[in-house]
Amino acid sequence: MKSEELEVKAAAEIAKQQAFDVRLVCCSSTGCQSSGASAILAGLKAEIKTKQLEDKVQVCGTGCMGLCSKGPLVRMISKTQKEVLFSDMKPEMVAAVVDQVVVPVLTGTKIERPRGDLEHHSLDLDDPFFTMQYRVVLENNGRTDPEKIEDYFAHGGYQGLKRSLTMSAEEICKELQVSGLRGRGGAGFPTGMKWDLTRKVQSDVKYVICNGDEGDPGAFMDRSVLEGDPHAVIEGMLIAARAMNATHGIFYIRAEYPLAVERVEKALRQARVAGLVGRNVLDSGWSFDFEIRLGAGAFVCGEETALIASIEGKRGTPRPRPPFPAVKGLWNQPSCVNNVETLANVPRILRRGAKWFASRGTEKSKGTKVFALTGKIKNNGLVEVPMGITLREIVEVIGGGTGTDRTIKAIQTGGPSGGMIPEHQFDTPMCYEHLQQLGSMMGSGGLIVIDDRDSVVELARFYLDFCVDESCGKCAPCRIGGPQMLHLLIKIVDGKGTAEDIRTIRKVAKAMQKASLCALGQTAPNPTLSALHHFELEFTERLLPAATPQV
Amino acid sequence: MSTPIDVATTVKVVAAKATADAKDEVTLIANKWKMKRGSLIMALHDLQSRVGYVPRESAMRLGHQMGVPLARIYEVVTFYNYFKLEAPGKYVISVCLGTACHIKGSAGLLAGMEKELKVRVGQSTPDKEYHLQAVRCLGCCGLAPLVSVNGKVYGKLNTMDSCYVIERIQEDKPMALAQEEAVAE
Repeated sequence: MKSEELEVKAAAEIAKQQAFDVRLVCCSSTGCQSSGASAILAGLKAEIKTKQLEDKVQVCGTGCMGLCSKGPLVRMISKTQKEVLFSDMKPEMVAAVVDQVVVPVLTGTKIERPRGDLEHHSLDLDDPFFTMQYRVVLENNGRTDPEKIEDYFAHGGYQGLKRSLTMSAEEICKELQVSGLRGRGGAGFPTGMKWDLTRKVQSDVKYVICNGDEGDPGAFMDRSVLEGDPHAVIEGMLIAARAMNATHGIFYIRAEYPLAVERVEKALRQARVAGLVGRNVLDSGWSFDFEIRLGAGAFVCGEETALIASIEGKRGTPRPRPPFPAVKGLWNQPSCVNNVETLANVPRILRRGAKWFASRGTEKSKGTKVFALTGKIKNNGLVEVPMGITLREIVEVIGGGTGTDRTIKAIQTGGPSGGMIPEHQFDTPMCYEHLQQLGSMMGSGGLIVIDDRDSVVELARFYLDFCVDESCGKCAPCRIGGPQMLHLLIKIVDGKGTAEDIRTIRKVAKAMQKASLCALGQTAPNPTLSALHHFELEFTERLLPAATPQV
Repeated sequence: MSTPIDVATTVKVVAAKATADAKDEVTLIANKWKMKRGSLIMALHDLQSRVGYVPRESAMRLGHQMGVPLARIYEVVTFYNYFKLEAPGKYVISVCLGTACHIKGSAGLLAGMEKELKVRVGQSTPDKEYHLQAVRCLGCCGLAPLVSVNGKVYGKLNTMDSCYVIERIQEDKPMALAQEEAVAE
């Protein structure tokens, strides 16, 4: 395909969609599928067919809309009125949706909130949960069909790639630097700088690797993006490849996410047929292709050198850096590992320009961030918000508070590597620096809300147990320090600890932070330390009464 | 009255056929991956998705055909949580112990499952009908706490729901991936 044909195909798809008066999109991500979305999608298609509305109503699947706990979700998009979002759909409701809402809308009646039984199954789109979000990475999720490349074209798809083909590698890196995009996997290293470092290394073979090994328990934004908008990640990787003169692309995806793997495979096939991947990309003379490799359940493989070892078919153990992967990565060739969400931002930056991207966020943290809001919160699910929003706005306004009579005690950000933030610090703006100052980190974006009945000591034990279990065992501080800390922490949980144990925990934690080889060991003590810092009383309350002097 | 069936012979025949099939599968998998660098993990995924686990005999054959020492295969299989060395039960019940599920009481759910099935986590029932395992996060945190059975997710449970899940399994009979493929073929 020539690059001019992109617009032609996009226009054709837009015209096709415009021909329908109503578009019904049903979430087809893992979350809603497990609530029975497949039956709803099939039911809607059948109902529209029986009612002979096929030329007026389009029915298709789409990516995650965010509110997984209220799934399956169905969105009605109409030319003549506001959107309607149906929640908790049941197969027996399908006919009512068509009869009571779709048919009247087709005949010109405006139905903003359905009545009767359906009233409780439609969500208020003016709720802050929807209005306070700003969607960049998730802009197509919940709107386009992830299994149809034409739908991606119709929403500006591959325009960023097209622009990148007219730029030099240096110019693309520069554009990314101006945008201020930082790695969304956790550490927040500036993406443009990372690309530029890899670009400057001379080599005939270079790899771009997509890190889709979302190991943080409680985070699922990467799964949702891979399932809901796979082409955006592919386009992001193609642009990354242009920026670094890379020669091979590799998707590394968790084996626990079979649907994500399936969607990426399908998207790659479509992109190859369309001439966007493979030989002579968009008739530019440049060729680039991808391979998919599966993870096998190891949290440490989120660390880039461990991930590279895993792609090489070995145990996923990290190695000392330098040399950094930018110099010696996969098969000892220069490699660049980027997170899924980072890559999904890239096409949007190229399409709309670095300045547009940098116009949102704080001085040092630009753009938006997707968070997985879970735990004791009313609105469970994925939210995308501009950087700089406060935690309070996220949990209390967007999340709607606990939804029970309990109060929120703290939030854990950054998963097993992050820390707990107590309620009195919720007014801190969300950005990489501030979270670090609070003893936590951005991490991949999991936000776990705990209420006043949950024990932080128990949660600290949970995270440490996870890290001890996932430690690869290569370096001593992590292999030995982790179990020692855990042993003492369990003692405290069981009410058998002493003040001395708390001091020892702090000492061991410091040794692990300073001496561990990779981020897993360095950050494993964080949840415990932050819990100790903010809630020391909860620990001391559980200690044995001061030992009586021995006779 | 039903016709009497020689159970022992049937089992033997089925087992022999399974071994023969597995051998062919191993050759197919080895041929698919041996030319690709670093593809051991992918080959093991293929094997496990077809057989349900990594049998020692298949691992030996795979290693032989791919030119990978058995020790390397075991090094990899034992490092990654995903691979199994023993045949799991017919229904693999994975209780999610991710953070969101943990906060919502997955430990209680797991304990209930252990009690209900009379096995410990990581074990199968004596009749090989159920295998109980704990997994880290299935990425459906909005539906916490949840359980996945042969890939089918049962979400929004509560800590007392172990009975309900087992009833649902008997009703839905979610098929193992390997079996589904076999039926499709």
